Amino acid sequence: MNATEDPLWFRALLVALAVLTGLLLLALPLAAVFTEALRRGGEAALAAILEPDTLAAIRMTLIVAAISVPLNTVGGLAAAWCIAKHDFPGKRLLVTLVELPFSVSPVISGLVFVLIFGLQGWLGPWLQARGIQVIFALPGLVLATLFVTFPFVARTVLPLMQDQGRAEEEAAATLGAGGWQIFRRVTLPNIRWALLAGVLLCNARAMGEFGAVSVVSGHIRGQTNTMPLHVEILYNEYQFAGAFAVAALLALLGLVTLAAKAVLERWSGRVAGEAG
Amino acid sequence: MRSTFRPGRRAMLAAPALLALPARAQGVRELLNVSYDPTREFYRDYNAGFAREWQAQHRQTLRINTSHGGSGRQARSVIDGLAADVVTLALAYDVDAIAERGLIARDWITRLPQNSAPYTSTIVFLTRKGNPKGLRDWPDLVKPGVAIITPNPKTSGGARWNYLAAWASAQKHGQNPEEFLARLFRQVPVLDTGARGSTTTFVQRGQGDVLLAWENEAHLALQEFGAGQFDIIYPPLSILAEPSVAVVDGNVDRRGTRDLAEAYLRGLYAPAGQEAAAKHFYRPRDQALLQKNAERFPTLELVTIDGAFGGWAEAQRVHFNDGGVFDRIYRPGR
Repeated sequence: MNATEDPLWFRALLVALAVLTGLLLLALPLAAVFTEALRRGGEAALAAILEPDTLAAIRMTLIVAAISVPLNTVGGLAAAWCIAKHDFPGKRLLVTLVELPFSVSPVISGLVFVLIFGLQGWLGPWLQARGIQVIFALPGLVLATLFVTFPFVARTVLPLMQDQGRAEEEAAATLGAGGWQIFRRVTLPNIRWALLAGVLLCNARAMGEFGAVSVVSGHIRGQTNTMPLHVEILYNEYQFAGAFAVAALLALLGLVTLAAKAVLERWSGRVAGEAG
Repeated sequence: MRSTFRPGRRAMLAAPALLALPARAQGVRELLNVSYDPTREFYRDYNAGFAREWQAQHRQTLRINTSHGGSGRQARSVIDGLAADVVTLALAYDVDAIAERGLIARDWITRLPQNSAPYTSTIVFLTRKGNPKGLRDWPDLVKPGVAIITPNPKTSGGARWNYLAAWASAQKHGQNPEEFLARLFRQVPVLDTGARGSTTTFVQRGQGDVLLAWENEAHLALQEFGAGQFDIIYPPLSILAEPSVAVVDGNVDRRGTRDLAEAYLRGLYAPAGQEAAAKHFYRPRDQALLQKNAERFPTLELVTIDGAFGGWAEAQRVHFNDGGVFDRIYRPGR
C-alpha cells in the first residue's frame, strides 16, 4: 500500500498535523519575538538597537561571521573535495571529523578552547607572556564559531560531489588540465549552488551561535558580546523590550539568509533546467 | 555552464566597511571589573560617578568595562585568563580561588578595610503578593507544596549564602541541618546558575512560591516589577553576606592599571561609593548612612561565616566541594 492509496481523511490528518506542528513550534515563537519587540513601539525597539553596547554586539557578530564563514567555505570545500574525489587512507576518519561538531555539544566545543588557550591550559601561559589574548577576546570567539560551523559547507556540497562522481574531472585530466584548473573550471561550477546554500547556512549559524561562544566570551559588555549573548544580558537586566528587539533583529538576519537560500535554490533549478 | 563563480568579490569589497572599528581615542584608559550577577545596576551607577571624578582629577578619560555572571563561574573565567583588573565577587571563597592560582596576593582580604567587603547584604525571602503560603521563617519553607527558587550553590555565590543561612537556622531550631537542607532542595524545581537567572525564573516566568534572594536583588525586583506583585519577608535569622572586592595583581601589573584599580576599589568606601551602594539596596559599611536608611535595612539576627562555619575555606570544603554535603543531599530530578 503506498501513500496515494491511503484514505483522504488520513492524508488530510497528516497534513493538518504537520501544519499544526510547524505553526506551534516555528511560527508562533517567531511571532512572539516580533510582537514582544514591538510592544513598546518601533521607536523604542530602534532605540534599543542603536544603544552603543548593542551596536558593539552587532559589530562583533558581523566580524566573527565575516572571518569564520570564508575560512569555513575554503576548509569545507577542501574537505569535501578530498573525500568525494580522492581515495586515501584515513578517509573515513576525515568524514567523521567533519561531522564531529554536529555531535558535540557546543558548550563542550567552547570548553575545549578554554582548556587549550586558557591561562591554566596548554598554551595560556606562553600566550600571556607574549601579550596575546585568545579566549575572552575576538580570536576565541572566531575559533569557537569556526569549530561549530565547520560541517555546514562540507556537508552541503559533499553529497552532490559524490553524486557527480569523477568522470568529468577525469575527462579534463586526459585533456591535459592541471589540478587547480580542473577544480576551478569543472568541479566548482558543478557545485556552485549547493556551495552557496552551504555558505548561507554556515553564516546563519555563525551569527546565531550561543553555547560555544558563551563559554569563551567572558561577557564583557561592549567588547566581547555577540548578539545572542547580548540578548541574554539585556533579558537578565530586565530590559525585556531591548532583549526582544535585538532577538528580532537576529531572527531577521536569519530569515533573510534563509530567504536568500530559497531564492537561490529556485533560481538554480531554473538554470539547471535550461542547461539540461 | 560558462559563468565563473565569484561569490566573494562583492563581499570582500563590503567587508572593510562593516569591520571598521570605531577609532579608539588616544589617552583612554580601560578598567575591567569582573563581578557577580546582581551588581549590574549598582556598578553602572558607581562607574559613571567614578569615571567623572577621575576625569576631573587626572584629565584621563576612563572606559570601565564590566562582566557579570554567577560568582563561581566568573572566578573561573578570571582563573582561565579573563583579564580582570578588579574582581567584585559574591564571597571571599571565590577570590581565594583566584588567589590560589597566584593571580591575587594571598593576603588580599586584609588589604582593604572590613574584610575587603565595602558593603554587605543578607538573604531574604521574596514571596508572591500577600505571602499566600505564610512563609515567615526558614522552617516554613519545607511545608508541603511550597516550591522554592534558588540558584545552584556550585556556580552561584548567592546560592551558597542561601544554603548556609538555611543551615544556620536549622541549627538554631535544633533540627538536623543536613536533613532540613535535603528536604528544602527536594522542593526546588529548577536550579539556575546565577542569582539573576533565579530572579527572572521567579518574577518573569512566574515559577515557585518563594525566591531565596539577596536583599538587594529582592528590592530591585520590587522596583522593576512594581511593589504590587511581591512581598519581601525578613526571616528572624539570616546570614551576614560580605561580598568581597580585590585587585587582581597579576593582571594590573601586566596591564599597568594598578593605580586605577586601587583607586576604584578605595572609592567604594568613600561617601559616593557608599551612597551608591545604599541606593541599590546594599547595606553600606558607613554606620551613619546605614542609620539614615534604617527603614530599608531592618535589623535581624545575622550569623557570620567565620562564627558559624569556621570561615569560607572550611564551609566550602564541607558543603560545596565535590563529594560534600550538597552533593549528598541534592539529586536532580528526584
